[in-house]
Order: sequence, then C-alpha cells, then structure tokens
Amino acid sequence: MFRWLPENISTFGHDIDGIMYLIYYVVGVWFLLAEGILIYFALRYRRRAGVAAAYAPAKTLRPMLWVLIPASLVLMCDLAIDAKGSPAWEKIKRDIPAHDCLVRVEARQFAWNFRHAGPDGVLDTADDVVTSGQLHVPVNKVVKFELVSKDVIHSFWAPNLRLKQDVVPGRAITGWFEPTRTGTFGIGCAELCGTGHGVMGATLIVQSQSDFDNWLKK
Amino acid sequence: MSVQAPAPPVEPVHESPSHHEPQTSGFFHFLRTYVFSVDHKMIGRQYLFTGLAMALVGGLLAYIIRHQLAYPGQAVLGHHPISADNYNAMITMHGTIMVFWVAMPILIGAFGNFLIPLMIGADDMAFPRLNMLSYWTFFLSTVVLVASFFVPGGAAASGWTAYPSLSVNGIPANQLGQALWVLAVALEFASMLIGGINYLTTPLNMRVAGMSLFRMPIFVWMQMAATLIFMLSVGPLIGGAVLLLFDVLFQTGVYLPDKGGDPLLWQHLFWFFGHPEVYVIFLPAIGIVGEIIPVFARKPLFGYKPIVYSTIVAGFLSFLVWAHHQFISGLDPRLAMPFSITTILISVPFAIVLFSMIATFWRGSIEFTTAMLFAIGMIAEFLVGGTTGIINGSAAADIYVHDTYYIVGHFHYTLFPAVFYGTFAGLYYWWPKMFGRRLDERLGKIHFWGTTLFFNMTFIPMLLMGIGGHQRRIFDPRVFTYTAPMHNLHLIATFGLYGLLLYQLPFVIAFVKGLVGKRTAERNPWNAATLEWHAPSPPGHGNFDQEFEVHRGPYEYSHPGSEKDFLPQWLPTTN
Amino acid sequence: MTAIAHPVPVLRRQPPIIPSGRLGMWWFLSSEIVTFGGVVVSYILLRLVHPDWLHHSAHTLLSAGAINTVVLLTSSLTVVLAHRAAEHHDCCTARRFLSISFGLGVMFLCVKAFEYHHELSHGLTPRTAAFWGFYYTMTGLHGLHVIAGLIAMLYLILGARNPKVLGRVAPVGLYWHFVDIVWIFLFPLLYVTAH
Repeated sequence: MFRWLPENISTFGHDIDGIMYLIYYVVGVWFLLAEGILIYFALRYRRRAGVAAAYAPAKTLRPMLWVLIPASLVLMCDLAIDAKGSPAWEKIKRDIPAHDCLVRVEARQFAWNFRHAGPDGVLDTADDVVTSGQLHVPVNKVVKFELVSKDVIHSFWAPNLRLKQDVVPGRAITGWFEPTRTGTFGIGCAELCGTGHGVMGATLIVQSQSDFDNWLKK
Repeated sequence: MSVQAPAPPVEPVHESPSHHEPQTSGFFHFLRTYVFSVDHKMIGRQYLFTGLAMALVGGLLAYIIRHQLAYPGQAVLGHHPISADNYNAMITMHGTIMVFWVAMPILIGAFGNFLIPLMIGADDMAFPRLNMLSYWTFFLSTVVLVASFFVPGGAAASGWTAYPSLSVNGIPANQLGQALWVLAVALEFASMLIGGINYLTTPLNMRVAGMSLFRMPIFVWMQMAATLIFMLSVGPLIGGAVLLLFDVLFQTGVYLPDKGGDPLLWQHLFWFFGHPEVYVIFLPAIGIVGEIIPVFARKPLFGYKPIVYSTIVAGFLSFLVWAHHQFISGLDPRLAMPFSITTILISVPFAIVLFSMIATFWRGSIEFTTAMLFAIGMIAEFLVGGTTGIINGSAAADIYVHDTYYIVGHFHYTLFPAVFYGTFAGLYYWWPKMFGRRLDERLGKIHFWGTTLFFNMTFIPMLLMGIGGHQRRIFDPRVFTYTAPMHNLHLIATFGLYGLLLYQLPFVIAFVKGLVGKRTAERNPWNAATLEWHAPSPPGHGNFDQEFEVHRGPYEYSHPGSEKDFLPQWLPTTN
Repeated sequence: MTAIAHPVPVLRRQPPIIPSGRLGMWWFLSSEIVTFGGVVVSYILLRLVHPDWLHHSAHTLLSAGAINTVVLLTSSLTVVLAHRAAEHHDCCTARRFLSISFGLGVMFLCVKAFEYHHELSHGLTPRTAAFWGFYYTMTGLHGLHVIAGLIAMLYLILGARNPKVLGRVAPVGLYWHFVDIVWIFLFPLLYVTAH
C-alpha cells in the first residue's frame, strides 16, 4: 500500500508517516486475525451430517472473556496509537517554531496566490513578491504561512510536505513547514470549492538559499 | 419478567384503524390497501420499493462519475461529456441519495416497519396513521429531491456536506437547486422523526405476553438504538438547515463571515448529526446480520446481553466524536486530541459486537444460504472499513488522508457492506415472510460472489489512491502532477464498478421473479425461532392467526437436552 | 397483497411502560428539545463572539415579549386545569379551559404578528444581519409550533365529548408545556438581554 506514498520532503513528514506505518502494522495484525478467524470458522464449521452445533450463548463471564479480552487489547493498542499521534499533532499544528521565511497563501476560486515577504521579512511591504500558482521557498528553512480565503472554504494541500490545512473565509490560519530537499512538487485544493475545484493546482518550488534570495530580489 | 394479567386500560383501547374495514369496491379499496395504507407491512414495502428505486438513481450517478474519472472528457452514455459543474452535482447527489434515500428508508423504514411489530407479537405499530404520514412525507421529500435535478442551475453541487460559503453563494445560479436540497433533506428528516416515534414506542408498549425486553430479537434493540440516536442528533442540524436555507434564499449571513457569521458553525451542526448518522445506518444492518447468523449456524447469538449494552455505550459515545471530521477545518488545535481519544474509544464497543458475531460461528453447523453469505460478507467487508478508520481517527495521520480517496475508500467499506450487504441479506432471508415466495437461491449466489468480487475491485484502488495523495471531488485526475500517474487505479476502479452494477442483474431478475407467481413459501422455511416466523407468509391483517405467548429467548437453537433442533419463542414449554 | 381471511386473535401483552400516547409524545419532544437546543446554543455561541449584537437586540419589543410570556404561562396553567378535568371525565370543564388556552394562544400569535410587522416595516428583515436571521428562525419555528398546538387543541375542543379524544388531553398538554418552555428560553435571549 505504501509504495503509493509520495516522496516525503518535510521534517514533520516522518512523524506522520511513522504513525501511518504504526497503525498499518498494528491494525493490520488485528484485521488479519479477525478476518482469518471469521473465514476459518465459516469453513471449519460448515454443516455436516450428524454433527450438531454447540449451544454457547455466552451468558456468563467466562465464555464472554473470549470477546472481552481481545476487545481490551484493542483498546490498549488504540491508546498507544493516540499516545504516538499526540506529540506529532502538537508539533505540526500547535507549536509553530521561529520562522526563517514568511508567506501569505491566498486561496480563491480558482487559483492560489502567494505573497512572499521580501528580504525585510515582513508581509505587506513594498519588497514582497506576489505570484500566482507558484510557491517559492528555501530548502532547510522554516517557512511560516498564513492562509486566507477570498471567498469560500478551500484547503491547502501539499502531499510531499504531508501538509493540509483548510482555508476558511473570515480567518487567517497559520502553520509551518520545513522542506528538506530542492525540487518541484504539486499543490492542490483539498476542499470542494466550486466549478474549478478540480483545476485549482499550484507548484511548490523548493530552492537553495542563494537561488531563493536571488529570486526574491528580482 | 413474568407474565401478569393485563392491567385495566388506562387509555382507550388501541384499535388498528385498518381492522374491520367495510369492503368498499374497486378504486377506494385499492387506494386504502395499497397506497394510503396504515398497515405497517404495506408501509414497509412502500419504503423498500422507493429506496430500491433511488438506489438505481444513485447507482447510475456512480456510473457516470466513475466513467468520467476513467475517461475524462469523453462522452458518457451517448451524451456530451460531463462538465465540472455537472460532476460536482453528481457526486453531491450520489452521496445524498445513498445516505438519506437508500440507506435509511430501506434499513429502517422498510425492515424496521415490516419486522418490529411481527418480532414482538404485535398486530401493528403503536400509531399506524402516524406511520402512514411518515411514508408520505418521505415520498414528498423524494419528489422534491428529484425535482432539484431539473430546475435551472441544476441540482445542488456543494457536496452532501453542503459546506457554506460554497453552498450559500459560492456557485452562481445554483441557489434553487441548493434550496430544494435543503428542503428535501429537511422533509426526509421529518419523515424519519415521525416514523421514529413508532419504532421507539411500539417495542416498549406492545410486546406480547412473555416477551421481556431481553427476550426481544437483537434486531429490535438495534432499531431502537438507531432511532434514538437519530432523534437526538438530528435536531441541531434541522435548526442549522433552516438557517442555511435563510442564508441561501435571503443572504442572512449566519454562515457568512462578512456578515458576522461563521462557516464552521455549519460544520459542527452537520457533523454533530453526521457522525451519529453513520451508526444509525450501521446498527440496523448489524441487527439484520445478528438475526441471520444464529439461524444458519443453528447456534444462539453469542453474548446477546453484552451486545445490547455495548450498543448503548457506542450510541452514547457516538455523540462525542463528531469533530474528527474537522481536524483540518480550522478548528482550535487543542480540540483535536480529545476528539481523537473519543474516536478511538468507540472502536471498543464495536469490537465487542463484531467479535461476538464472529464467535457465534464457532462450533456452529453452518449452512451457506444466500442470506448467510451476505451476512458473512457484511462482517468481512465491514472489518476493512472499520480498520481503515483508525488512520482517520488519529489527528496527525488525518492531516494526510483527510479529503483524499482514502476517506472515500474507508466510508464505502463501511457504508456499502452495511447498506447493501445488509439489505440483500435481509431480503434473501425475509422475502418469504414479506411476499410469500422465495428469492431464487442460485441467482442469489451469483449475485453474492459477483458483488463481492467487484465491490473490492472498485474500492481497493481508492484506498491506494488516497495514500498517493489524490484528493477528493476532482473531476479530471489528469490535472495534477501527483494524481495523473494513478490513471490505472481509476481504470481498475471503474471496471470494478461496471462489474458491480452488472452483477446486480441476477438480483433484479430474482426480485421480479419473487414478486410474481404462486405463493409457495411455508410459514417458517428457515426453521427460525423468532416470532415473525409464527405468522403466515405473508401475514394478513393483524399479523397472527393463533393465540400464543413467548416462553423463551429468541435464539434457542441446538439446545442441549432438547430433541428438537430449535425451540421457537412461541412454543409452550413441556415438562 | 390480499388480506388473508382469518379471525384476528387478541393477544395478551406485557404491561406498557407508560401509556403509548404520552410515551410517543416524550420521544417526539426529545427530538424537539435538541432541535431548538441546537439553534439556541448556536445563537449563544455566536452572540458571545459578537458583542455588537446588543445593538440589534435592542430593537426587539421588550413589552411585547413580556406580554407574550405572561400569555403563554397562563395558557399552560389552563391546560393543566383542563387536563385535571379530563382525568375526571368532565368534558365541559375541560373544553372550557382548553378554549381559554386556545384563545391565549391566538393572542400570542397576534402579538407576534404585530411585532413582525413592526420590525419588518423598520427594515429589520432576516437579511439585515445574522442576529435577525436567528431571531426570525427561532421565533418563526416557535410560532409554527404554537400553530400546530392550536390545531391540536381545536381538535380536542371539538371532540371533547368523545372519551377517546379526552384521553388525548395529556399528550397535547405535554406538548403545549414544551412550547411554553421553549419560549421561556427565547424571551431572555432575544429580548431581555438587550437593555
């Protein structure tokens, strides 16, 4: 299944991938067990002449333990999964580290516009660079973004960054990421936003620091 | 609970209005019996036929959607290619129809109405005229919804979730279709609420002597739980829907930020209902399966009381998980962890229910009738749905899979088994009781295997696409660099759907055959122990033709110390 | 499906939990409680974030709201009295009290109609602001429920001689109390907090 997972170029991407793999293996074992036992029982106990069914309604605790103990183990696995997931969520959505680079992502029907804070590091100043459909960021630097919508709800989606965040009109939602290699990657809109939802793409361009600085000055 | 002498009536004696009808001739009699009937069995059939008809519409929409995804830009069914607007309307209506016009009317309206009175030994529901009102309100809602396809601007196109601002003013000229959508859904809710009064009152008040609550079939418990969950969760959404309608028609701005409103308010109201709703759909289905397995394994249901208690716990928990649909929505991040925890906890009572169903097979004597095959299939497929849900429930992992095809795969692996395997299992099983004939078992087996093979072929690719990052509700996968390489997966899924639709033909043939011809089914063709099998096939007015009481629980199969293979509930105990 | 001719046996039943009419009404009311509850809670949450709504709510007519509160509370009292009479099979007294409740309910609607007319003629429509969207939704939904209650009461008044009808005073009374209680919530939220 995971051979379909796109390349991860994000520092926190490893955390997310790690959780997905953990869930996949833990839950996978349970799935195979449950499915396997079901099919085994169905075949093993098919009707045969002269063999009556057992009478086992499980009206007392002892036979019920066959169900309650596995269910308790399921609970423990669930809690372990949550324990692993919680720090990752905190890291990605709550603790925004000090940033090296600032971008405002403006979503509208049906395009992504990016306002990159210029060399002064402040948005809405004269040296900002505004692009449509192309997000430029330097590699190995913390990028902080602010999401705003001009109209309806959109969702900023960069699979390679393992980053998704809804863009809600009336709010400015902040987040961050740190790309780990240069290259060109895809961005899409992950919340139905109207006729052009299916064509609302953009490109993430991760550049070396020097290339990025040069681009910013132009 | 021991049998007591009947208490003097504190209320006027309930009389089913359909009793002692003067035998008027022809047209009015026809109307009274077949159209405006207050008989729960007729109403159940009405819900069944309407729901199945809407399933055809929903299936047709699925066909068009998948055709577009496999062959973007090409003509569909001889018509011009699908535009992006049409595509959005189709996915919206596909989801809306399947949840509200197929799942609920069939699982609850049809099976619930037909079976609840029979299973508890009653002659009809507590409020038969209310029951009739419920169906006709539903019928009206169906008309309104279908009409929305034909108005200027077309049917609603903002998803079955109808998020503002898109649903309010994000699609120019779609206002009328969206308004009709809101109206249709509101009417459907009203019809289910009206029906729900019966599903809750009848089992509590009209059980035949000897049937204590814990001697009721699990199906009745599940219907009650589903109904209660529905009735307590839908209210806020009804209010919210009225506000949405005002926003659409009058631009009031409850959900519009530039008028002081909040789009996220709708999401909360929607999902506060939307999540319990999936259990409203699942519980009747597992109730059907819980009736079928004991009969064809000749074994009592394993852990009947724990199943009841677990269902109650799960029902309660279902009200506490809704924001797991909103992790990425802009919700305060501090809320993610509490909702992740409640979400993950809810898997425990369901694990108890499912494991108990599986344990019922242990040392059984299993006969693979079509009903049993669909029951096994329902559990087997639902296990995929349930386990794939764990990733969605973990907030951090959900960042990746939210709004991708992984979610689409997940909910089809839960909803399709519940709705379709559950419905088919129930129909193959109860058809003799409903129509006095058997559904063709050979066609049934072909139906089952074809459905299973092609269902998996359709939806496994979607799980993979989701892992690949393919977002939802995209009408042309060629557009994005990371979705274009998944074209083969789209092709497989589309072929899977073609096969899935094709293999419903055996069922259609069996269905038609099962409605015509001589009534040859016996009273209890499956040697089942529950009360509906004590009535004639099909039952007449008043349901039962002999006096009886209940003497034991509903699953006394292969009882040791009994010579008989099974002890039905109505059989008096002998010393 | 033709009816199969056989005599229908009368089966003995387990004793009912509480009489069906009342039980059914309780289930119905439970869904109504969450319906109104949802709108009310949404209103409160948005109101907390928008202190400026104080300006809007100042335009609702406090005196009209107060009159309506007294009217509804009195009508609930007369419904209780009607119920007591019905339990004693006194159809005339029951009918009398129900008629008073009915009259009071009509009065409520008249006051409400006056309020709506006043607000609309001042240009305060649902379109004006989100507050007004809530106002019209909440009072409108409530008003519809009042109308439904009045229809039920009319049915009781007209058929009071019939013991079966008299037996339905209890569930209808329950419904009417619920309608009253909803108003008790709406009144402070939409009227009193303005001043």
